Amino acid sequence: MQSFEYANPATVQEAVGLLGARWGQADVLAGGTDLLSLMKEHLHEPKRLVNIKNIKELEGIQKTASGLRIGALVTMDELAKNAEVHAAYQSLAEAAAGIPSPQIRHMGTVGGDLCQRPRCWYYRQGFGLFAMKDGKSLIPEGENKYHAIFGGGPAYFVSASSLGPALVSLGARVKLVSAKGTREVPVAKFFVTPASEAAREIALQPNEILTEIIVPAAAVHTATYEVRQKEALDWPLAAASVALTMNGRTVTSAKVVLGHVAPTPWEATGAEAALKGKTITADTAEAAGKAAVLGATPLSQNAYKVTLAKVAVKRALMEAVKTAKA
Amino acid sequence: MANTPDYHWPPMDQRKVIGTSPKRLDGPVKSSGRAKYTSDLKPQGMLFGAYLISPHAHAKVTSIDTSVAEKLPGVKSVYVAAPAGTEMQYQGWEVAAVAATTEEIAREATRKIKVEYEVLPHFVKDEDLASAGANAKQGGERLVGDPDKAFADAEAVSEGHYGIPVVTHCCLEPHGQVIQWMGDSINVWPSTQNVPGYAGDLSQRLQVPATNIKVKMDYIGGGFGSKFNPDAWAIVGANLSKNAGGRPVKLYLERNAEQMIGGNRPSAYAKIKLGGKKDGTITAWQTDSWGTGGFQAVSPGQQPYVFTNLPNIREVRTAVSVNAGTQRAWRAPGNQQASYLTCCAIEDYAHKIGMDPIEVFKLNAQYAPTARIETYRYQLDKAAELADWKKLWRPRGQNGSGPVKRGLGVAIAAWGGAGHAGKARAVINPDGSVAIETGTQDLGTGTRTIITQVAAETFGLPMSQIKLSIGTSELPADGGSGGSSTVGAVSTTTRKSSMNALAKLYEVVAPSLGAQPEELEAVDGHVRVKGSPNKSLTWQAACRKLGSTQIAEMGENVPRSAQAEGLNTQGAAGVQIADVSVDTETGIVKINRYVAVQDCGLVINPKLAESQVFGAIIMGIGTALFEERIMDAQTGRVLNPDMEFYKLAGIADIGNLVVHMDIRPENDKRGVIGLGEPPAIPICAAVGNAVTNAIGVRVPTIPMTPDHVLAALEGRIG
Repeated sequence: MQSFEYANPATVQEAVGLLGARWGQADVLAGGTDLLSLMKEHLHEPKRLVNIKNIKELEGIQKTASGLRIGALVTMDELAKNAEVHAAYQSLAEAAAGIPSPQIRHMGTVGGDLCQRPRCWYYRQGFGLFAMKDGKSLIPEGENKYHAIFGGGPAYFVSASSLGPALVSLGARVKLVSAKGTREVPVAKFFVTPASEAAREIALQPNEILTEIIVPAAAVHTATYEVRQKEALDWPLAAASVALTMNGRTVTSAKVVLGHVAPTPWEATGAEAALKGKTITADTAEAAGKAAVLGATPLSQNAYKVTLAKVAVKRALMEAVKTAKA
Repeated sequence: MANTPDYHWPPMDQRKVIGTSPKRLDGPVKSSGRAKYTSDLKPQGMLFGAYLISPHAHAKVTSIDTSVAEKLPGVKSVYVAAPAGTEMQYQGWEVAAVAATTEEIAREATRKIKVEYEVLPHFVKDEDLASAGANAKQGGERLVGDPDKAFADAEAVSEGHYGIPVVTHCCLEPHGQVIQWMGDSINVWPSTQNVPGYAGDLSQRLQVPATNIKVKMDYIGGGFGSKFNPDAWAIVGANLSKNAGGRPVKLYLERNAEQMIGGNRPSAYAKIKLGGKKDGTITAWQTDSWGTGGFQAVSPGQQPYVFTNLPNIREVRTAVSVNAGTQRAWRAPGNQQASYLTCCAIEDYAHKIGMDPIEVFKLNAQYAPTARIETYRYQLDKAAELADWKKLWRPRGQNGSGPVKRGLGVAIAAWGGAGHAGKARAVINPDGSVAIETGTQDLGTGTRTIITQVAAETFGLPMSQIKLSIGTSELPADGGSGGSSTVGAVSTTTRKSSMNALAKLYEVVAPSLGAQPEELEAVDGHVRVKGSPNKSLTWQAACRKLGSTQIAEMGENVPRSAQAEGLNTQGAAGVQIADVSVDTETGIVKINRYVAVQDCGLVINPKLAESQVFGAIIMGIGTALFEERIMDAQTGRVLNPDMEFYKLAGIADIGNLVVHMDIRPENDKRGVIGLGEPPAIPICAAVGNAVTNAIGVRVPTIPMTPDHVLAALEGRIG
């Protein structure tokens, strides 16, 4: 780990003043569950570390007139156990609870979940976001069983965010604050497929801090289903979050977002169209799963993830209807 | 000595301490964190070492410049392990190391060492033998009987291909040591399975007299066969210490290096054909197998496993060399692979002829070594009973109506486990205190507890009255803890040294009891005349008769005569059954219940024995479901040298374990047999067979991950 300056601001205003104009000048430290390993591997070598854990205004979950405000420092454990979240945003609670390590649930924050870097093993070994060697991507002919089945490259990593798919399906926004002001970005647009090796996979700028997540109120039935091999610490192989607006038993609109299958949470518009006007049954859920993976372009070792994504959609839908009936 | 004592174990019904299950003596210090592992030590003036390792799978060092690193404040010593010209054969090869006042400085300094490499072509993939070319070397051919005729005459023939990949030991405490080289003497605190052999080995490599090398280790954080020798890091650490004026240096592998070069279990792949009768009798076996032990080519073990007396066999074994870290013994080396290949092929044959595999295994147990045939049949029945096999087993793919299918699979193990050569000293002091001194080590298996139990039994004293010293090179040498050889050795040396010491005591005490020395026995804290319990002295009173003279007597285990002596022997059998549920939509496998039936001769502490089996199963389930070293063909790198994508089982992944120690009198009378390894053998095979039984098609390659299971279900593999 490279030596660095350590700053302990008490306010957001103070914190953003400590950030740099370019990546590499400063990194924001919250739970540190990802950042510290990035620093130990010399993938991030910030000159300054801005610890935001002492900033009170970044804490807490509040119900507002328009929905829910979740502070960036809320831990995954707090989110999973919050009564409001449980009552109205089942998919979000399930996504947080699904993180299998209690240590990470207790240390990891919602802001960090959205800002964490990909787990792609080529990236983690220093081959960059696009896993390039000698001008060529290592992924298509390499060890790609955990890589993307959507997007078609050159970014083949998958978004590691646990909350991303649920937040996109719920139409959530994030608040990004810099010294120059505040902007709100839909989570769907916060995650981006980087256009170049040097770009980031999120819309956050180096001089900004993600301060909160705003989840709109909506009469929806939601669920998240993650396919994860281990009960112990492990990443999902595929996940789906669904949010259904229903009229009686009929779906009036559906959001279906896949996780861990693309460089961003992947909105399965085909599945959304297939569900509109339908009643959720085993058959319609199965059909929506199939529609969700139309257009998938699996790599040499990850065709199985197409199956898993399909099953995740089907099971998330069945789960969402279960809560609807209850 | 006038009369050689009768060393035999007391009869089963007369044992007071042996055969009982006192809690392990190291439990409280370990669970409270007070136990100091060598990686916890920080002797006065200690420096921190860090390694620079090769990022390339195959490269030559063309130049190396350490000048910048040497000048970094805090750096006390730099050592080049791979000078210019060195050809390195795998990623992780030790290039250079630094010792500094802090860990951070040491790491930083390794990054300041400038190395130029000439990158050379590499080969790292072992699954496909056809692609190995010159990296494939003949590992042995064998022809028994007339397999061509036997296949021609066979009523049924089954064929399959099977694979079990390279896995690592993944010791939680990595390899390494604290070492101090001052003048012509060395103090070393290694993490090792071989305290007694360590100094001799180091002595040869550093040209320091073995008598001047002191080795000490109290606790080890996992070895599993990978920690026998001083290794490169001891040599490098010693040189760093010497160059730093004799300050102790701590040099342990980082996790990535541990996964690359700390040892691994070789892979094994095979195409196997079986022929036989419709009644289940196998008459012909043909196997074409290959695997890799890293750069050091190692071919798979002999097949068929256990069923060695099969009349017609043709086998070809091939060793593939790859540019990856070298294999080391992995908890029953060669046996998991051979068990997997053999037991899966037999299960496929049973399926082919429509028979229950338990019956096929029982029938073909006729081909096991003669002395084990009935043991296997008994254990197959016992395991089936404990697993509710008759009630739960169904032919393939017929168990469960929804997407989740249940399956049962069986596999078997064989192991030696005789005690290694070793010595112990038993001491009786005039004040009645008793000590056992032996230079063995406790790998966490319970060796301390076992020795103390044997001594307490022999002296007729409570365990709390025995003082035990182990873990240093200054004690009478025991052997390295490999091959499950420790329990046989230490139980024998403790028994014999204690009996020898008692014989001395009896000589002193006999006149005052009006008896001959050989008429005395030590029971319940007394020395008394056999058959006349009234003629006795308390232990303390008896020892006071020594005046000021201490008794110190040796006891030795000599492997070639141990069998006849009867205290320890070799040859254990084991049968295991996995009961799994497989989600056929996701390919995820869950263990419902796992049954292990295991014999290991005379069991000194049943609870510790069961713990060994539990530990072996937990480790084995990790390998069956999750673990594999993933090599990248293009870069030659290990892609998962971490504990994130090198996936280990957590406790919730294990399921319900049922352990049955086969402690029947016919096993007990054979003497003590080692246990650490045999229960780790059959797990991949039992789980693989259970998954196949559940989903209806063979999943050829371990681990049973969703990609492998779904590939089999969706027909993506041939």
